[in-house]
Amino acid sequence: MKSYIIPEYTVDIDRDRCIRCKACIEQCTYGVHHYNAEKEAIISRNEECVNCQRCVVFCPTKAITVRKNQNSYRKNYHWTQDMIVFAKRQAETGAVALVGMGCDRPGFTYWDNLLLNASQVTNPSIDPLREPIELRTYLGRKPSKLDLAFNGGEAALATELAPQLCVETPILFAAMSYGAISWNAHHALAKAASELGIYFNIGEGGLDRRLYRYGERLIVQVASGRFGVHKEYLNVGAAIEIKIGQGAKPGIGGHLPGDKVNEDIARTRMIPLGTDALSPAPHHDIYSIEDLKQLIYALKEATDYRKPVAVKIAAVHNSAPIASGIVRAGADILAIDGFRGATGAAPKIIRDNVGIPIELALASVDQRLHEENIRDEVSLIASGGIRNSADVVKAIALGADAVYIGTAALVAMGCTLCQRCYSGKCPWGITTTDPEISRRLNPEVASRRLVNLVRAWSIEIKEMLGGMGMNAVESLRGNREQLRGVRLTDTELGILGVKMAGK
Amino acid sequence: MKATGEVNNPYGDDKVIDSCSLFGMMNTKGERFSSSNPVRAIANMHERVNGLGGGFAVYGIYPEHEDLYALHIMYLDKGARKDTEKYLDRSFIVLLGEEIPTREAEVWNPPLFWRYFVEPKGSQMQDRQESADDYIVDKVMKANGKPKTFVLSSGKDMGVFKGIGFPEDIAEHFCLEEYEGYMWICHGRFPTNTPGWWGGAQPFNILDWSVAHNGELSSYGANRRYVETHGYSCAMQTDTEVLAYAFDLLVRKHGIPIQFAAKVLAAPFWDEIDSMSQSERSVLTALRQVYGSLLMNGPFSIIVAHQGEMIGLTDRIKLRPMTAAIKKDFVYLSSEEAAIRLVSPRPDRVWNPAGGEIVVGRLESPEILQVALAHHTLRDAR
Repeated sequence: MKSYIIPEYTVDIDRDRCIRCKACIEQCTYGVHHYNAEKEAIISRNEECVNCQRCVVFCPTKAITVRKNQNSYRKNYHWTQDMIVFAKRQAETGAVALVGMGCDRPGFTYWDNLLLNASQVTNPSIDPLREPIELRTYLGRKPSKLDLAFNGGEAALATELAPQLCVETPILFAAMSYGAISWNAHHALAKAASELGIYFNIGEGGLDRRLYRYGERLIVQVASGRFGVHKEYLNVGAAIEIKIGQGAKPGIGGHLPGDKVNEDIARTRMIPLGTDALSPAPHHDIYSIEDLKQLIYALKEATDYRKPVAVKIAAVHNSAPIASGIVRAGADILAIDGFRGATGAAPKIIRDNVGIPIELALASVDQRLHEENIRDEVSLIASGGIRNSADVVKAIALGADAVYIGTAALVAMGCTLCQRCYSGKCPWGITTTDPEISRRLNPEVASRRLVNLVRAWSIEIKEMLGGMGMNAVESLRGNREQLRGVRLTDTELGILGVKMAGK
Repeated sequence: MKATGEVNNPYGDDKVIDSCSLFGMMNTKGERFSSSNPVRAIANMHERVNGLGGGFAVYGIYPEHEDLYALHIMYLDKGARKDTEKYLDRSFIVLLGEEIPTREAEVWNPPLFWRYFVEPKGSQMQDRQESADDYIVDKVMKANGKPKTFVLSSGKDMGVFKGIGFPEDIAEHFCLEEYEGYMWICHGRFPTNTPGWWGGAQPFNILDWSVAHNGELSSYGANRRYVETHGYSCAMQTDTEVLAYAFDLLVRKHGIPIQFAAKVLAAPFWDEIDSMSQSERSVLTALRQVYGSLLMNGPFSIIVAHQGEMIGLTDRIKLRPMTAAIKKDFVYLSSEEAAIRLVSPRPDRVWNPAGGEIVVGRLESPEILQVALAHHTLRDAR
């Protein structure tokens, strides 16, 4: 069938600058460029270009420009170009249209409507270059009261604390599975987490034994597919996360195509080589809250109550009562993944229409747990759509103990959000299992970039905290007085628990 | 009638912002002394205040009623008094009710002040399965929700006198020269707005606890959420209120010795905790893990008093001043050393406690629980 879809991008190669080195041909995994010997020129197939910018970056003479195709359909605010292409693609394939990364539509980002406070006159701001400012955070279940015992004047703890995760900055790497991302990317994230004193959630694809040495800085995941879950796996990580849902695709399962399942991945996931790895939409042993409780305690039993158990849900309409149930079911950490959360592959229609923004979900969950007097028992991790250090600070002020970053970490390693992760051809070597393409990502360099990103954010968080007159991050948690809203309705302000700027 | 919070904070600000002078003076033998020195000392720090608030918490003033809760209540008119007295009669056995003597002074628009010596009604207590203290807290919170009524203090053998004026004028208004106590906590105030409401002055009190506070808590939002979880309602929208509740929760309800409570409110830095011995480290780590939301972040110096103890504390990087001194049986805490030297020119010892370092003046009484704690930064002033 002839495709009626017009190319989204056009590739322009400056003939004067081009030295015919063919680096672009080598770099493009989608086969956009080829060399025409007769014309002695690089010719590009625009229709294959995903605008990943790989060839642009690696062109030694900076001869390449990728542009949005100027040739477009008639301007229509209802039937946007995107919508027309989407419908045509389905008409041509008869299939669910897949996409990678998080929702890219405008209008769902509340971070940009929230502004932070700073001290003036009555309260000195604190300069992080001169005074210590502390970002250390402990994640895990806390008792509502601490009992001390005194033995000959010496104080000792009479309350035994549940196991805690310690992060030196309130940022964790979000769940990304081996298979969805390459071995080198997985390795880089584990190494960076270890160096930073934070944690990397390894996602639902099991853990390659070569990464066991990073175990104390890993969170291992148990998802509906149960890939690679065994006793040693559960015990090698610092914590276990039960994945119920994902912000990019609430309510549906996952699918790693068989052609991505090579020998290493098959062994790690404990599935046959080349078979599709299907994660069912629900856990088939969790049809309600009491089943979740059983799984939480089964995992605690399997690890001797030495590891915190987290539960991750997608942000949906009734997240608040669900969250309350999860805390009462025994979860030590609750992770909420919002509408902007990313994925390696999701139906576009689900990604762009199901779930709610993390800002609203986080604020309402924090408020509900507070009203039920159980907020302080659990740690809350916000996830899905954190782009910079200010988003982190705002999330904490809305009630999060810490945040997960996924997309930001991928961006640090090279990702340009071209949204074609599901193709397995990621030209940056991140979301691919092709050994040749994976080699493009040097784990040492990628790890350095990740460490740099988190360090830079941490310095910025200290600047913002100090400006607000605080020298410990726990003083910001749930401290919504430090936030003000702009361009928001009273209802939105009410749910966020934030006053209008100027009030 | 507006709720007390609205009267105290008519603009609905997050908190009342002010700067202040503090002075505390205690006789550790429990010998009672007059208002003369405390009032002279606080008046000496005139530059720090602007006449929009002053007050005193005095301990040991009602020895003849020492087993009864003394309620100091402010009314904006006689009608409020009649309504609230009916409520008091329903909630308590009221053994004595009388007007607090006042005189004309340079103060702004004084309301009515009454005091009542009460005990909880036994039958109601049994139904509620709670301690007398919890019962009083609950009833005080409810009384503060009543129109034109505010409870200034609710402890035993103590009372709070405060209002709008310079502290020395407030002392004049309440005839404080007629009282004797073994511990005086004094406060002068420089608010950044004009609340114009006598209940908003300091010291702030709940039960036995009084707090005089200089500073602003950036962490107020987090602190407030935490104490609310534990049953306190922050009706006043002042950060000082949160300090009082934090002490009540930690020391009275959770049984945490005051020295350790100070390590919650002005927690040591993680670097310090990490370098402590194993046993200290485990206790202080757990305190920060569990009570992190009670870290009082931002500039503050406070004098906290309860029966038998006077406590001085600053924020952990000491963004507000505090000087301590000892002269024989007297312990002094003050925003300025000059105020101490005015009333005690040659103290045995004067020092500036480090940020987050607690100073405790304690009665030499066998009835006061003495918990000896070995901790290198804990210093007992007595």
